[in-house]
Amino acid sequence: MVKLAEWQGKQVFRKYGVPLPRGEVARSPAEAESLVRAGRVPLPCVIKAQVLAGGRGKGGAVRFANTAEEARAAAEAILGLEFKGEKVRAVLLEEKLPIGRELYVSLTLDRTRRLPLLMTSAKGGVEIESVADAEIVRQTVDPFPGLAGYEKRRAAKTLGLSGGPARSLDHLLDALWKVFQEEDAELLEINPLAVVGDGLVALDAKVVIEDDAAFRHPEFAEVRDDRTELEEIAREKEIAFVQLDGNIGVIANGAGLTMATLDVLKELGGAPGVFLDLGGTDDPKKVTEAFLLMARAKPASVFLNIFGGVTRCDTVARGLVEAMRQVPAAERFPLIARIRGNNEKEGIEILRSAGVTSVPDLRASAQAAVDAARSSP
Amino acid sequence: MTVLVDRATRVVVQGITGHQGTVHARQMREFGTSVVAGVTPGKGGSAVEGVPVYDAVQEAVDATGANASCIFVPAPFAKDALIEAVDAGIRLAVVVTEHIPFHDMLVMYHYARGKGARIIGPNCPGIASPGNSKVGIIPNVVFRPGRVGVISRSGTLTYEIVNGIKEVGLGQSTCIGLGGDPVVGTSFVDALPFFESDPDTDALVMVGEIGGTAEEDGAEFIHQHFSKPVVAYIAGRSAPPGKRMGHAGAIITRGKGTAESKVAALEAAGVEVARFPYEIPAMVAEAARRGRR
Repeated sequence: MVKLAEWQGKQVFRKYGVPLPRGEVARSPAEAESLVRAGRVPLPCVIKAQVLAGGRGKGGAVRFANTAEEARAAAEAILGLEFKGEKVRAVLLEEKLPIGRELYVSLTLDRTRRLPLLMTSAKGGVEIESVADAEIVRQTVDPFPGLAGYEKRRAAKTLGLSGGPARSLDHLLDALWKVFQEEDAELLEINPLAVVGDGLVALDAKVVIEDDAAFRHPEFAEVRDDRTELEEIAREKEIAFVQLDGNIGVIANGAGLTMATLDVLKELGGAPGVFLDLGGTDDPKKVTEAFLLMARAKPASVFLNIFGGVTRCDTVARGLVEAMRQVPAAERFPLIARIRGNNEKEGIEILRSAGVTSVPDLRASAQAAVDAARSSP
Repeated sequence: MTVLVDRATRVVVQGITGHQGTVHARQMREFGTSVVAGVTPGKGGSAVEGVPVYDAVQEAVDATGANASCIFVPAPFAKDALIEAVDAGIRLAVVVTEHIPFHDMLVMYHYARGKGARIIGPNCPGIASPGNSKVGIIPNVVFRPGRVGVISRSGTLTYEIVNGIKEVGLGQSTCIGLGGDPVVGTSFVDALPFFESDPDTDALVMVGEIGGTAEEDGAEFIHQHFSKPVVAYIAGRSAPPGKRMGHAGAIITRGKGTAESKVAALEAAGVEVARFPYEIPAMVAEAARRGRR
């Protein structure tokens, strides 16, 4: 998923006409001050850390300012923060509005019903998990007619809106629906959505774009996620690679088999440190790249668990042997292999010629990987 | 009787001239499937592995009587391919393609449903009934005709488990790989009734994964409507909780979706849950011997 920071989410919202406070992004205290002095951010204003984690208000990552100097000081204080493990690189400065009631609106996917889901609640401004089920109104939306008038009216009624704010909600929901579809969003969340005067204003914006739709949205390619360096390289090479806390490397194919392999290793007392899902490939070069990436993560042992389908056993064996040739002797790690399925015999033979024995039993091979990691220096 | 595919299934392979399409058309034939046609726009009139290729699904259906499709076309074009198949009268479409945006799949699912067509997948290994027919990519070597049904959300893990069933001397009636995407054409709840009414299935293996509530929903269905013994496995017990953003997802599932929640729901429905994949074959052998749940 591509998670957008608040200011990026609001940029998307603005394009579709969602009502927002006036605001600008700053990456330094000086920039914050000059934005206020130039009148591009009206006073008084609010200064918010641009991080993905929630709970910014309580965590000191949101401050207020009445003058340009105060805005500078607030930006200075926030830009130095490390908020819940995330370094603050930017702040959003916005006009401080006279807020009435605070509401909640989101659009996401209901996987069970296989329909978009509109959720609204009059209890906005707090974490929605803490709101009782009965106070959240859920409406599924059929993608063919799209968001219907009666659905918007129901949302307005249950939010207790009438007149100007109800009309504002009608426009806002149309805009959100458009964002959801046209930007391939998997989550749009506004919390709080505030009543300001005779209308509504989105005070926050959470926008998550679906990875699989990235080919339609090159504009989001620049948005970095919270990946490690190796995870980022893997992503460029289209290899699913995740770093955990342990020391055993796991290379498997398919998400289910990878997860099952981790489960078995954990049960046997091992600690998986990196897992790498080869997915479906019949290119030995990709397998070699994956192995070299694994080597860079410096595992104590590596467990290769492949069930050949689209990814054939001999392809994996070839790629593996080539990678072992390229890894310097000092950086080698004990390798325990288990390859089954399509072209199993050929794969086992290639591995054997390189000095690797494939252990067919899952439990026994996993145990060997755990033992090897334990006795590794 | 079989589930969804049988000897009368006549398959058109959409994207047959691509590498995967060609390889799997051949393997489906080797399994015994009637692969009657291929479709690749612009390549009509050629042949792949002796299978005639057409420009459009309607042409393939008119010429060969194809009644099921296996879709390999790349993700950006998969929605179009599915709609074409449904409009040509295809009523079973196995979508192997991975990385289809879920917004596209929402349209595909509701369009197919409106026309009375069933989708299996996307991002799935397909369906196979040993001795009858296979539509998809599950390796032929794992199968052996028998009386154990399999429904799975995984790909390779399914092969592993189906192979394990074979290795203890049992066989499979029908195996369906549902695919693990957020929106699937056929869910556990959709697939279970076929196995309940299938006289050739004595026991069922259900393979789930963390995320979503498909297993919990399946457990509820089993509790109410399924009489045969079920052995389940849930992958991902040890997975670290994902970093979350936004809270709407948590509100929909309200504590469901974890391995613990799925195991608890299944056990409450009388399903035996294996802790590890290698425990399944012995458990299902025992369950099949015992009969009822």
